[in-house]
Amino acid sequence: MTATTDLSTDHSRAVADGAHSHGVVPAGSRAERKTSFDLADIPVPTGREEEWRFSPVARLQPLFDEDLGAGGVLTTVVEAPEVKVEIVGKDDPRLGTTGKPGDRTAVTAWNAAAEATVVTLPAEAVATDVTSVRVEGVTKDVTAQHLLVHAEHHAEGVVVIDHRGDATLNQTVEIVVEDGAHLTLVTVQDWADGAVHASSHRARIGRDAKLKHVVVTFGGDVVRLTPDATFTGEGGEVEMVGLYFADADQHQEHRLFVDHAVPRCKSRVTYKGALQGAGAHVVWVGDVLIQAEAEGTDTYELNRNLVLTDGARADSVPNLEIETGEIEGAGHASATGRFDDEQLFYLMARGIPEVDARRLVVRGFFAELIEQIGVASVEDRLLASIEAELEKSMSVITGVAAPAPAE
Amino acid sequence: MPTLEIRDLHVSVETKEGAKPILRGVDLTINSGETHAIMGPNGSGKSTLASALAGHPKYTVTSGTATLDGEDLLAMTVDERARAGLFLAMQYPVEVPGVSVANFLRTAKTAIDGEAPALRTWGKEVKGAMENLRIDSTFAERSVNEGFSGGEKKRHEILQMELFKPHFAILDETDSGLDVDALRVVSEGVNRAKDNTDVGVLLITHYTRILRYIKPDFVHVFVDGKIAEEGGPELAEQLEENGYDKYVGTGATMA
Ligand SMILES: Nc1ncnc2c1ncn2[C@@H]1O[C@H](COP(=O)(O)OP(=O)(O)O)[C@@H](O)[C@H]1O
Ligand SMILES: [Mg+2]
Repeated sequence: MTATTDLSTDHSRAVADGAHSHGVVPAGSRAERKTSFDLADIPVPTGREEEWRFSPVARLQPLFDEDLGAGGVLTTVVEAPEVKVEIVGKDDPRLGTTGKPGDRTAVTAWNAAAEATVVTLPAEAVATDVTSVRVEGVTKDVTAQHLLVHAEHHAEGVVVIDHRGDATLNQTVEIVVEDGAHLTLVTVQDWADGAVHASSHRARIGRDAKLKHVVVTFGGDVVRLTPDATFTGEGGEVEMVGLYFADADQHQEHRLFVDHAVPRCKSRVTYKGALQGAGAHVVWVGDVLIQAEAEGTDTYELNRNLVLTDGARADSVPNLEIETGEIEGAGHASATGRFDDEQLFYLMARGIPEVDARRLVVRGFFAELIEQIGVASVEDRLLASIEAELEKSMSVITGVAAPAPAE
Repeated sequence: MPTLEIRDLHVSVETKEGAKPILRGVDLTINSGETHAIMGPNGSGKSTLASALAGHPKYTVTSGTATLDGEDLLAMTVDERARAGLFLAMQYPVEVPGVSVANFLRTAKTAIDGEAPALRTWGKEVKGAMENLRIDSTFAERSVNEGFSGGEKKRHEILQMELFKPHFAILDETDSGLDVDALRVVSEGVNRAKDNTDVGVLLITHYTRILRYIKPDFVHVFVDGKIAEEGGPELAEQLEENGYDKYVGTGATMA
């Protein structure tokens, strides 16, 4: 095997503004990764596999099991007037069209779920309100769940999946954006402490269709989300935005895969996260594959992490595989930096107390990303959640970094 | 009368090799309304003096005192010093992405005054001060110092000096890197602040040209971490003609 480029950052030396790009050699082509609906094809991982090497496999163990229950979460959908909601059996032909599971939790989730919730934005309908899918953890029983969000051709709308409470959830979210449709899908992981959540998002984007895929992760013990997006028609566009905030002992992992399988599609990936507290661990992996026939592809992915305290760890690995020279543009950047004490000094030298100064800097770090989301209710909630996160550990932060008065 | 008083100040900087002594006994008294120029060669410790007074965590005061209106400046946190009336226009202002100039100015003003500025007058005041300093109004919505040119950063520092109305302002090489027009605009801003607020100014500079616009009452020559000579404005003229050679030579043999 060729050398795997590991961009995990040594935070004792990380600098805040060291934005940099890397030429990265992926460890094994994404095109060759095993995908299957069959449990037997994707065994229980040891933790040494490429796709599991950053993950707390032991904590995810219950989700690797073939037999998962269904009662651990309560799902409530409040739909826009134009939108249709159904519960269907797993044999419904609309399911399983977005590609095959690509790792163990995805394959167990697919096989264990007996039914699915299908949210349909009918053809040419423009939803006049946000559709909210509320997933509330009610017991710790290991649970499989299957959701399909289906935007039929030329439909437009916003769907927000909102996770709360405590649960052990293994989830599949299929996203179908048919020709000419514009869908914004937001998933918020606002779990209580203790929650363990794996989720395979598999999206298919049709001709001239657009998907804005927004991931917001705050809560839970372990959250591992693997959004895959595949283009099936020319002129498709995907914008993937992620924001996460990890506290002590939280593991938040986001592994993306954008498959440029057809010509002239565009992808933009922007993920930003903050970490604080001992044992906080975030992982971001961005795989982008530009297949030989995908001429005119335009792609850019960015990940930035802001490390607020010692003892937190960020791994950031962009992988770009290009099989054609005829592209519009392809780039990536990844940077992990410590909280910049010079910024803090500048603001405090203008009379702003340390706690407020830190808040300004962290809010500033996320500001552009939050604007990009474009769903007002989600933006407001995000700002409030960021405040709450900062509040939670501000005493810890100030304890760590209070400027020593000169003696 | 408010006074900034520095007595026998010794300061070390944290380096990878350990603490390195930079200031070796600085004595300086500035009364409000006075303008003191500190002139000295690169590396003589001028920015160290400015940073130590502002409370930068990298600089450690090993002995000596600094008081502002009789209050122990060195016992205060960075933000407390600013609220006590000290202002530092930095040689290298820091970029703060995602924080707009407008938000920053309002937040700082509120912190310094202990109450939010009156909405109606504040907007006008900011706008007027920006116009005076030839700062385009679009800068209000830009991130603090991000992508600003060197000159724009310096004008933004003086904008803050005018709006925050400190009792004492340390201007660390605010003139460096400015073309003649910008130098004049920035100097006018400092002079307006002097006229309007009776601020005491510590003007740190490497060159004499800014002293044609901002008249110092006293000039101090700073060499090797302390003041080597003091006098009136005429001292600046001498430096203009002879440079720092004479002092640097002395400092080296005495070190
Ligand atoms: N953060 C620092 N780390 C190491 N050395 C420093 C640091 N800051 C200042 N110094 C050293 O202290 C001396 C004085 O620097 P400075 O105060 O910046 O001088 P000036 O502003 O007069 O040019 C120089 O020798 C400089 O190299
Ligand atoms: Mg200097």
